[in-house]
Amino acid sequence: MIQIRDIHGGIHPPENKLQSLGEPIRPAGIPAQLILPLSQHIGAPAAPVVSVGDRVLKGQKIAEAKGFVSAPVHAPTSGTVVAIEPRVIPHPSGMSAPCIIINSDGQDEWVNHQGISDYTAVDKNTLISTIREAGIAGMGGAGFPSAVKLSGGQDKPIQTLILNGTECEPYITADDILMRERAGQIIAGAEILRHLIEPQETLIGIEDNKPEAIAAMRAAAEGTGIEIVSFPTKYPSGGEKQLIQILTGKEVPSGGLPSDVGIVCQNIGTAQAIYRAVNHGEPLISRVTTVTGNACGSPRNYEVLLGTPVQYLLDQSAFNASDCIRLIMGGPMMGYTLQDTAVPVVKTTNCILAPTVEELPPPPPAQACIRCGMCAEVCPVSLLPQQMYWFSRAQEHDKLEEHNLFDCIECGACSYACPSHIPLVQYYRASKAEIRQAQQDKIKAERSKERFEARQARIEREAAEKEAKRKARLEAAKARQAEAVKGDSKQDIIQAAIARSQAKKSGDADPAQAAIARAQAARNGTAVEETREEKQQRLEKLLASTTKRLAAAQEKLAQAEGNNDDNIAAFRTAVEKTSAKLAATQKELDELKSSTDGAAPTDDPAAAAIARAQAKRSGQAPAESEQEKTQRITAQIASTEKRLAAAQDKLATAKANGDDKADAFATAVTKTQEKLDALRAELAAITPTTATPATPVEDDPAAQAIARAMAARAESAGMSEREKAEKNIASLQARVEKTAAKLRAAQESGDDNAEILATSLDKMRDKLTAAEQALAALREEEN
Amino acid sequence: MAFLKLSSPHAHGPMSTPRVMRLVLLATLPGIVSLTWFFGFGTLVNILWASLFALAFEALALKLRRRPLAFYLSDCSALVTAFLLAIALPPAAPVWLIAVGIGFAILICKHMYGGMGYNPFNPAMAAYVLLLISFPVDMTNWLAPRGAISVAELPGPIDALLRSLGAASTQFDAVTMATPLDLLKQNDALLLDDLWAQSPQFGQFAGLGWEWANVGFLLGGLYLLYRRVFTWHAPVSMLASLTVIAALFYDGGSSASGGSPLFHLLSGATMFGAFFIVTDPVTSAVSNRGRVFYGAVIGILVYTIRSWGNYPDAVAFAVLLMNFAAPFIDHYTQPRTYGHKPRQNREKS
Ligand code: SF4
Ligand code: SF4
Repeated sequence: MIQIRDIHGGIHPPENKLQSLGEPIRPAGIPAQLILPLSQHIGAPAAPVVSVGDRVLKGQKIAEAKGFVSAPVHAPTSGTVVAIEPRVIPHPSGMSAPCIIINSDGQDEWVNHQGISDYTAVDKNTLISTIREAGIAGMGGAGFPSAVKLSGGQDKPIQTLILNGTECEPYITADDILMRERAGQIIAGAEILRHLIEPQETLIGIEDNKPEAIAAMRAAAEGTGIEIVSFPTKYPSGGEKQLIQILTGKEVPSGGLPSDVGIVCQNIGTAQAIYRAVNHGEPLISRVTTVTGNACGSPRNYEVLLGTPVQYLLDQSAFNASDCIRLIMGGPMMGYTLQDTAVPVVKTTNCILAPTVEELPPPPPAQACIRCGMCAEVCPVSLLPQQMYWFSRAQEHDKLEEHNLFDCIECGACSYACPSHIPLVQYYRASKAEIRQAQQDKIKAERSKERFEARQARIEREAAEKEAKRKARLEAAKARQAEAVKGDSKQDIIQAAIARSQAKKSGDADPAQAAIARAQAARNGTAVEETREEKQQRLEKLLASTTKRLAAAQEKLAQAEGNNDDNIAAFRTAVEKTSAKLAATQKELDELKSSTDGAAPTDDPAAAAIARAQAKRSGQAPAESEQEKTQRITAQIASTEKRLAAAQDKLATAKANGDDKADAFATAVTKTQEKLDALRAELAAITPTTATPATPVEDDPAAQAIARAMAARAESAGMSEREKAEKNIASLQARVEKTAAKLRAAQESGDDNAEILATSLDKMRDKLTAAEQALAALREEEN
Repeated sequence: MAFLKLSSPHAHGPMSTPRVMRLVLLATLPGIVSLTWFFGFGTLVNILWASLFALAFEALALKLRRRPLAFYLSDCSALVTAFLLAIALPPAAPVWLIAVGIGFAILICKHMYGGMGYNPFNPAMAAYVLLLISFPVDMTNWLAPRGAISVAELPGPIDALLRSLGAASTQFDAVTMATPLDLLKQNDALLLDDLWAQSPQFGQFAGLGWEWANVGFLLGGLYLLYRRVFTWHAPVSMLASLTVIAALFYDGGSSASGGSPLFHLLSGATMFGAFFIVTDPVTSAVSNRGRVFYGAVIGILVYTIRSWGNYPDAVAFAVLLMNFAAPFIDHYTQPRTYGHKPRQNREKS
């Protein structure tokens, strides 16, 4: 004899089972249309293997299992697939999910099927796959695919096989009547399970409120060694974990499975279905369902084809809709309400409960929790429902988990007992959903964090690679330089360029560039030596780089103009922008210095250089005590000078090329010159101590440039095509030299622009070659 | 047709909070009857005043908090507080004393903390302690019991009413006497037997009248246990611990003796406290294990304060002290959930 243990808590709601036990099981018949959800079980939905329009036979597989935890679906009768579409399925949320819709043809024609006459003779895996292919999923309510439980048990030794015939929920009698009427089939199914699992003991647990069922089962189990255990009726003894505790005293570890403690648990309905599948080759296409409640005139149990609409059952049961405000699928404790009577009966549907208003009145408004502890008293899992209720209201998820919210089996005993009518289970469901959501969000957040970190790492790696490349370039440049000393013609050019660039740096190249170069050189020269405040350094650096960029931009502009390029306008804007920036930076720097150094701008190499440049032009000595305005004007003068120089260059080039825009450039030069003069006058006005002597024309770089350009124009006017080409080649060569020089400089300083420069150098050389070829052609022509 | 969408469970048990409250009120009857029998109509007058004030203050508080009056008044929780305080006060207590006590209990102890279910302290006991500290004379003015005085000297309904209004009639001049617990406390010369013999206030096991009042509350408590209004854990463990500690310190009746276990069980507010105060679900520990601990400490505290403290009766103090400790007890007595290992490190008591 098995020793019965008690579970903690539990309640004794009115059983209400007798109503539906008056009549034997009756086939509900074949409805005109069957709705078969692809997901009637826990796990992945099945995948349809039929198409709309197909004729299917009874028992034919219409959807196959997808994945390990899944179950196939079979046609419960013969007919035509008329649709595969979402329909409202039995679910607490009233949601829709894909279903296969079959219009029955009334012939109920079976597909070819055949049972296994001696299951002991076949391989166990074959047997398990037979069960799996029959689409059998836990029929007690959860719908866990049965084959999974059986295959999972093989790596863990199973001592006890438990068949659950408890049926502790009020009203439901489907298992009771099945045990009464088909005890032999259940025991036969149990034998198959025993054969598969080879447990040391097999127990069938039945509550003591089902004496007929117990008697029938005892009779059927006679001599098999299967033990029928009856125990006191108490809700929720039928919970899998509770039944295990009652029959074995073992507890399934939190988050674990019964197999962790050497137990496999199956519903008795499942056992019967397994028997049908193995011995008769019949897949799971029907089940016993109780239709009861006082709103049903004739409550009873039906053998129902899966997919039968609930309405079809209610129609047979003298259902009185006016009395019924809620329709429940399942029992009054754990069932869920249906909004739609079109939903089908599925593998887990053990009961349709249609109570009258008086029978199950709508819940009264909840009162305050009085902490009476009745909920804790009845909880079969020994939780503290009222604490969880407070935490749930306060959304304290940590506390909820600390209080083992996830061990709650949602049996509803606490809500049942709560004198304040607090819908406790509803709170727990909501909190569980919230926590799950939060966990998912957390996982998501972690994933994106990982992604971000990976990206970060990649960027760093790339930066490191770039750095390495840059170093390599630097090395290569040095090597090339060393090689260049040996000197072939090309390298001569480069060397010349380097020389020029150095010369430029030292400040005695063509006068337009000279001022800038000088300023830059002076700045570069001194800024490093002298320790300045950080800002100043930064500004100086910025100034230096801007100057460089200006030079580059001007050159590009010149080049573009030389080629009559389309981009001239863009380049011009770039030049202007850069020079504006240069001026602004300079101004900022000056201001910074004047504020830090007081009135000693002569200490500042940059300002000094500019001042010198200006002084040279205007023959004016730097003012001893310059005011802010002076500085501003000086800066403006400097930038205007630069712009003037640039404009002059442009003009010169334009003239040299006989460009149409030469006139426009000339105007620009004049205007800039005027502005410069005005600025100088202003400067002179505020620094009267330094009188402004007339500037010697030959010293004025602008005038010089104009003169040069005019000379060039005059020259080109009389030039032949060949001469022009030669001149063009010369200027191209000069530019190649310049660019090569810059490339060199860039390579030396490890500048990122080196590559761009290298490309443009290549292009220029191409152009040069082309021009040389053109020249050669011209010469040939002439000759 | 439209069906309701409702969450399971769909069935509900027969118990409801108003019903629980009414059962508690019902269960106080035997105690009230014996108090009235021995001390006259004073207790009933107390209850009358307390109920009126309680309903008035409750209505006021609900109005201020904009809660539906009928729904909350019908939960009877204010009446329970009124009954409990009225029983604890000396019979025919001054009406202002009752008003102050009920006002404090309902407005401060209950609604200031958020209403029913949110109060950390038992309102009736908190009010009792407040009154005892503020008005010690009025609070210890116990009428003499039947048996110690003649039946004619017991206050009738009118007498009690007048007395509570501070206008004692000429025919009725209330006789007040020290309670047995006072006597025991003040005694330091006589053997208990002699004290017993000398004082008319003593009855068969404990105080005259008191013992029967305690029996009355015990009966009411057993009825509530039978109706499963509360579990046995807190009251039984309180009575058990009180018995044990009284037995430990009972030396057979010397002048320094603290009284027999039976004396303590049937004296003062022991039974009333055990079944009507300690069982107050709101302010006690929530788990059964916690309640065992909670009750046990109250039992010990009751004896400790009775014997060595400043006040002759101690239930109210002991309960309030443990109200403080309830959340702490809850923290350490969370029951072991199914499928979880026992938490050794969190075990306590
Ligand atoms: S049963 Fe209801 S009122 Fe009582 S403690 Fe639990 S939740 Fe609160
Ligand atoms: S629903 Fe959860 S908390 Fe309530 S009694 Fe059942 S298991 Fe316990």
